Amino acid sequence: MKINSPLQAYEYLPKTNCGDCGEPTCMAFASHLIDRSMKAEECPPLLGEEYNDNYNTLADLLAPEIREVVIGTGDHAITIGGDDVLYRHKLTFFNKTAFAYDVWDTMSEEELVKRVNDIQNYKKFYIGEFLTLDAVAIRCTSGDADQFAQTTAKVMETTELPLLLCSLDPEVLGAGLAVAADRKPLIYAATTENWRDVAELALTHNVPVALSAPNDPDALKSLALTFASAGITDLVLDPGTFPTDGLRDSFENFLKIRRAGIDGQTDIAYPLMAVPMTVWERSDGISAAYWESVLASIFTVRYGDIMIMHSIEPYSLLPELHIRDTVYTDPRKPVMVDAGVFEVGSPDRKSPVFITANFALTYYTVESDLASNDIDCYLGVVDTDGIGVEAAVAGGQLNAAKIKDMFDSAGFDVQEKTDHGAVILPGLAARLQGDVEDETGLTVMIGPPDSGQIPRWMESKWES
Amino acid sequence: MTTTTITLSDLNKLLENVLELKGVTIEGDIEIEFEGGGGGQELLQAVGYEIAQIAARLNNVAGMMGGPAGQVPYMQPMTLPSPIQSRIPQELIPASFDVDPVSEWKHGIEEVVLGATSSDGGTRKTTVTLGGEHALPFYFDAPMPNPNYVSIDVFDMPIGMARAVRMNYEDVLESPAEWAKKVVSKFGADMVTIHLISTDPSIKDTSASDAAKVVEDVLQAVDVPLIIGGSGNPDKDPEVLEKAAEAAEGERCLIASANLNMDYQRIAAAAKEYGHAILSWTQLEINAQKELNRKLMKQCGIERCDIVMDPTTAALGYGLDYAYSNIERIRLAGLIGDQELNFPMSSGTTNAWGARESWMAVSPLKEDSDWGPREYRGPIWEITTGLALALAGVDLFMMMHPTSVQVLKSVTDMLRGGDGGADAATDVSDWVGMMIEG
Ligand code: SF4
Repeated sequence: MKINSPLQAYEYLPKTNCGDCGEPTCMAFASHLIDRSMKAEECPPLLGEEYNDNYNTLADLLAPEIREVVIGTGDHAITIGGDDVLYRHKLTFFNKTAFAYDVWDTMSEEELVKRVNDIQNYKKFYIGEFLTLDAVAIRCTSGDADQFAQTTAKVMETTELPLLLCSLDPEVLGAGLAVAADRKPLIYAATTENWRDVAELALTHNVPVALSAPNDPDALKSLALTFASAGITDLVLDPGTFPTDGLRDSFENFLKIRRAGIDGQTDIAYPLMAVPMTVWERSDGISAAYWESVLASIFTVRYGDIMIMHSIEPYSLLPELHIRDTVYTDPRKPVMVDAGVFEVGSPDRKSPVFITANFALTYYTVESDLASNDIDCYLGVVDTDGIGVEAAVAGGQLNAAKIKDMFDSAGFDVQEKTDHGAVILPGLAARLQGDVEDETGLTVMIGPPDSGQIPRWMESKWES
Repeated sequence: MTTTTITLSDLNKLLENVLELKGVTIEGDIEIEFEGGGGGQELLQAVGYEIAQIAARLNNVAGMMGGPAGQVPYMQPMTLPSPIQSRIPQELIPASFDVDPVSEWKHGIEEVVLGATSSDGGTRKTTVTLGGEHALPFYFDAPMPNPNYVSIDVFDMPIGMARAVRMNYEDVLESPAEWAKKVVSKFGADMVTIHLISTDPSIKDTSASDAAKVVEDVLQAVDVPLIIGGSGNPDKDPEVLEKAAEAAEGERCLIASANLNMDYQRIAAAAKEYGHAILSWTQLEINAQKELNRKLMKQCGIERCDIVMDPTTAALGYGLDYAYSNIERIRLAGLIGDQELNFPMSSGTTNAWGARESWMAVSPLKEDSDWGPREYRGPIWEITTGLALALAGVDLFMMMHPTSVQVLKSVTDMLRGGDGGADAATDVSDWVGMMIEG
């Protein structure tokens, strides 16, 4: 973005405060433009003829420093790039890193279909949503264009996920595009050897293209300039991912290219690709899988916008999805939820009363554990300044007085609302048991250390 | 004389217009400059079709104006098989890429030495030096003078731990000294953290002097630097840590920790009197970290070279985003000159084992895909948690699983430019076509 204050954006708005954008004033809308929670198109008057110039100028000023590239079509299309900052706390990172997992054209059809299904069906529930995988990378291991095209067709028949067509042979890529061009796949890759043919494919089929120059940023920039001069700007840059001995160089290339892009070197301001699966060139099994996740973590933290991995074991996918969520979660979102007593399901006089902290993550975790397991109950949320249970007990933000306070302010009298008159402390707050009994006069039970264990705990400690 | 530098397509467009105008006068020479330098016939040919058009037009214009026709050679447009190919240059446009180092990173992170050898009045055989950076970790802007170090946790009594961790310590749980020996000799710990958790009144209420004996035992058992931790009980810790600091006098341990919610002055005074560094622990709050560091320096007289910070580690999936950005902000503030934040940092990476993904047998949520075997999930959880924070600015890691320790040390070494113990260079050129077994 070339501007950073709402006032600068306001200049180009109609200044009528008409409210059509859903905001009370043009100024309010302008601040949403600057924090990127709204887009210029959302001001209907601005789209009218008379504001044409204003709209165009504003759209230009608001365009992110790193170009956005779309891969795939329809609901499953992924957008990558689009960042404006080098550190997430300065704003937030946009368009989470796209994770592609590989298949190859020498797999049996049965294996292929199973693997594609494993990729597209994988899901992990986390704070109210599912973490999922984004794309399938088809590698040509046969060296045969027809075989690659057949595999591509089979993958398309099995999934609507976006595709990456991977081969350095333009003939193979061309065969893949002949079946898949409508799906707008990313083709991988143009190199300093094959670039002319690959550029022709990208222009002919109007698809995004990855440029690869392992550990040679000069060549990468040269490719990018050349493609841009031919009118191809849906580019993804692969500076090479050296898994072990060259890791420092690879890391440095990512840092430099992203810094240059954010600082205004538009020639190289494109999304970056990392290929953690290069590690399978040197080892295999659990050790390769671990190392692959390690590389994925590094390049998720430092500027990878799309990456290709091989292992789809749960011990690979779980950390990869969570580190991505860590990096791309909007840091402006609130840390805390409101304190108070909440109902989960439809609790009655026999239902348990759980206590937890008002750290948003803690609250959502506990809440989804209870709801997912159909446990009707009351959930007392204590104001711990947004700190999780264990740390809040250690730091004094969760104590007996605060728990009593929470019930009092919510007007929730446990003796009156339940037959049992008991509350259940988190296992990690067990040391507060005596204090809470003294302070509230209630029966205090100790729940499990992790709310995921509540169903088992209920069986052995509750109803009985 | 007017010299104009414009891009090819600008020029082409411009000339198109010029051709439509009548009575235009061009004064001075027309000079075309190409990015990438050079010029001349070879380049013109290389750049191809567009320049051929421009040359033709320029020639026409010059002719129309009665100027020096022929100054720019006339070129036939090349014969091109398709309009698409005609858009692609014949040769790669040469380029060189570079970017400036960050100029605001003028201030160094303090260096803190832990452990004292006989020449400094201690009995350690090794020391570790933390900090000293002038850039974010592993950045090219300035060399990273010291490696990342790992301290492995040892407890003064058997405690509950994830099965994958426990397996490694089954034989030493009853003896902190044996436990400490094992983590150094078998698992490559650079340091040992002895947690005096049994001193908590709600656990065993072990006396401060009994706890101090455990510290002496551990000092005897190993010759690496020590971190001495309390139970986390804010009322008991000052007394326990004071006694422990006394027992370890002269060894330059790291006393863990001082916190705003307790009598940090007493802990700081003990660290100072017996020659130790102090861990300044706050909870995910950069301003609290500044406040505590300031108080340690101004109120308690702690030297700058005796402060390490623990801004709190939350596990992957359980608040690591807050921990990560908090640490990155602290490090960036230190680099641009905040004298209350430019200290090395430590992470309680073992907290990763609190994440259910690291230890639970199966997902408690029926909607989830299979979580797979937990013995592989745990170590990678600890690695990922630590690695993210290594990238944000943590210098020292307190960890538990031997695999996690080994991988974290290896990857951070590679990021600093070492080989991380790798045996051979890897050719990554053909990952696209490689066959993977199994
Ligand atoms: S729709 Fe446009 S003109 Fe109307 S209030 Fe919003 S920003 Fe202003």
